Amino acid sequence: MLPSREKLLWMYERMTLIREFEERLKWLVETGVPVGAVHYYTGQEACAVGLCAALEATDWIASTHRGHGHCIAKGVEVHCMMAEIYGKITGSNRGKGGSMHITDVRVGMLGVNPIVGMGVTHAVGAALSAKVRKTQQVAVSFFGEGAASIGAVHEAMNLAAIWKLPVVFLCENNGYAQSTPVEYALSVPHVADRAAAYSMPGVTVDGQDVIAVWEVAATAVERARAGQGPSLIECMTYRYYGHHQGDDAHRYRTKEEEAAARGRDCIRRFREQLLEQGTVNQDALDAIDARNRKKIDEAVAFAEASPLPQPADLFTNVYVENQGERE
Amino acid sequence: MITAAVRELSFGQAINEAIRQEMRRDPTIIVMGEDVAGGAGRAHLGLIDAWGGPLRATRGLITEFGPERILDTPIAEMGFLGAGVGAAMSGLRPIVEIMFVDLIGCCYDQIMNQAAKMHYMMGGQVDLPLVIRTAYGTRGGDNRTYGGGAGAQHSQTLYSVLAHIPGLKVVVPSTAYNAKGLTIAAIRDNGPVIVLEHKFLGSSAKGSVPEEAYTVPIGRAQIVRRGCDVTLCGIGRMTHICSEAANSLLSEGIDAEVLDVLTLSPLDEGTILESVSRTRRLVVVDEDTPTASMARDIAARVADKGFDDLDAPIKTVTAPDTPVPFAAVLEALYTPSAAQVISAVHSLFGTGA
Repeated sequence: MLPSREKLLWMYERMTLIREFEERLKWLVETGVPVGAVHYYTGQEACAVGLCAALEATDWIASTHRGHGHCIAKGVEVHCMMAEIYGKITGSNRGKGGSMHITDVRVGMLGVNPIVGMGVTHAVGAALSAKVRKTQQVAVSFFGEGAASIGAVHEAMNLAAIWKLPVVFLCENNGYAQSTPVEYALSVPHVADRAAAYSMPGVTVDGQDVIAVWEVAATAVERARAGQGPSLIECMTYRYYGHHQGDDAHRYRTKEEEAAARGRDCIRRFREQLLEQGTVNQDALDAIDARNRKKIDEAVAFAEASPLPQPADLFTNVYVENQGERE
Repeated sequence: MITAAVRELSFGQAINEAIRQEMRRDPTIIVMGEDVAGGAGRAHLGLIDAWGGPLRATRGLITEFGPERILDTPIAEMGFLGAGVGAAMSGLRPIVEIMFVDLIGCCYDQIMNQAAKMHYMMGGQVDLPLVIRTAYGTRGGDNRTYGGGAGAQHSQTLYSVLAHIPGLKVVVPSTAYNAKGLTIAAIRDNGPVIVLEHKFLGSSAKGSVPEEAYTVPIGRAQIVRRGCDVTLCGIGRMTHICSEAANSLLSEGIDAEVLDVLTLSPLDEGTILESVSRTRRLVVVDEDTPTASMARDIAARVADKGFDDLDAPIKTVTAPDTPVPFAAVLEALYTPSAAQVISAVHSLFGTGA
């Protein structure tokens, strides 16, 4: 089964918007715009978009330090993201978070979270909330193969399994935890092998094939929504750049390996697939690309023109205010 | 006019009643933790509600609210406290029990990096109505009858490492009355609040508690005994040690004021400074170890903002900078006592041994 034409076009639009956002951000960083620490998602677009294509707007996701793609796939506005990365008051987090904390709960985005593995526990909490409140929402936890080694992830998986929570664990295995290769750090061939320890389905899928990701995601989301508990999906993917903006990936991986990964580029493959199947013609896809470029132009202009936080903002939102407290 | 019924409840019973009354009022409140009910999943054998936490503060809740809202967890503090954080971001008001404060090392990131910072670093877009309850303290001190014996990893006070983190509210009740009121205030707060409950008080502090729900405000200290010669500033169980010392000092003509801090963060500086402006002397009594502690923080703030009111140096009476020892004789030596408080007061007046 394939997604509807409308959904296919949405998937293409989101994947290319992520790519455009990250490439523009990289260019801005390299021209000296001081945006703090950023972790480019370029190369992994099919994972975020394939998964989010299987979700409803009211579902939740929790993300990782490499979170721009997850945000865009779930519907966070790119101008709010760009302004946040610029540290402006108009940013998604009013300039208090930056790239590593972008959040928009209005669209079900529970937060980029750079403490590796912690977002996984929060997704499990959102799933618990959905179950207790009987809302039929599903929560998705994105995490990397590096996070597969931290205890919090295993504690969270065990909780989700024993309580049969509506959660999908989506591991993006991009081969490297910073500079540590997966084959060194993982005790099993695949992260998905560990699903057996928590009595949940575990599947490894080509993370460069957005339709393949969407298919397994749809199954896992359906299972979660039906009250049958969690699933683990491992997407085999690749980040095109270093761990963060200052990281030289050639100190731990070869140019040949990178070229091979780029040869399987998820956006180019999807574009070819759409054209081959006659879903859409080239002009329509070019028009989407052009719209995305314009969107990012506008996002950058918005971020640059936005005001900085005021000194008084240092002290706001330390504690949650209790206006309307019930007595 | 309604005349509220007042009964004698233990500290643990008062907390139990606070949680029970709030859970009846608000279906989004859940309780999570290790053995908060106990014996999970054995209802079919007629076995349920096996424990209820170190203070038995959650005993009986599962029979009223069921396993959907009273969740026994596996031993996974990082996992279930993280689930509490995620649930608090998405529509629930979780009360999570960390059995002993000594165990926060297993989940400190969820407290320090996650719960405390979410509201701030997300630009105020999420509330985080999360309560973390945890038991603390030695069983030594002046009253040795209860026995010690939990050792260095189950007897700590450790609240300074919580109060240090901006964004967390940290409260330490001392009586059954304020335990109920602070617990309800913590549950109704839209941000993360940690409630530290002294193990010794759990079994010893009986007191008058109104039946109806009420709050004791977070962020306010309370003067529990008026005096004019010296302020004895206590935290949690140490407030009782201060009162004991004050009783004894009165017989020698020193009229001590006793102040119960109640909230460590945000600290009620105003009440402390006002008290010191009248008594002109201050002894801070703290069961935590002294380096980078609440005792020294309070002393530093008074030295900074109330120096001109002081007639004598500020004294602190604290545990020593050692782990909590096992042997009862050593644990008693470790825990601040009324005798040490009296001795500190004597040094301010140039009297005594």
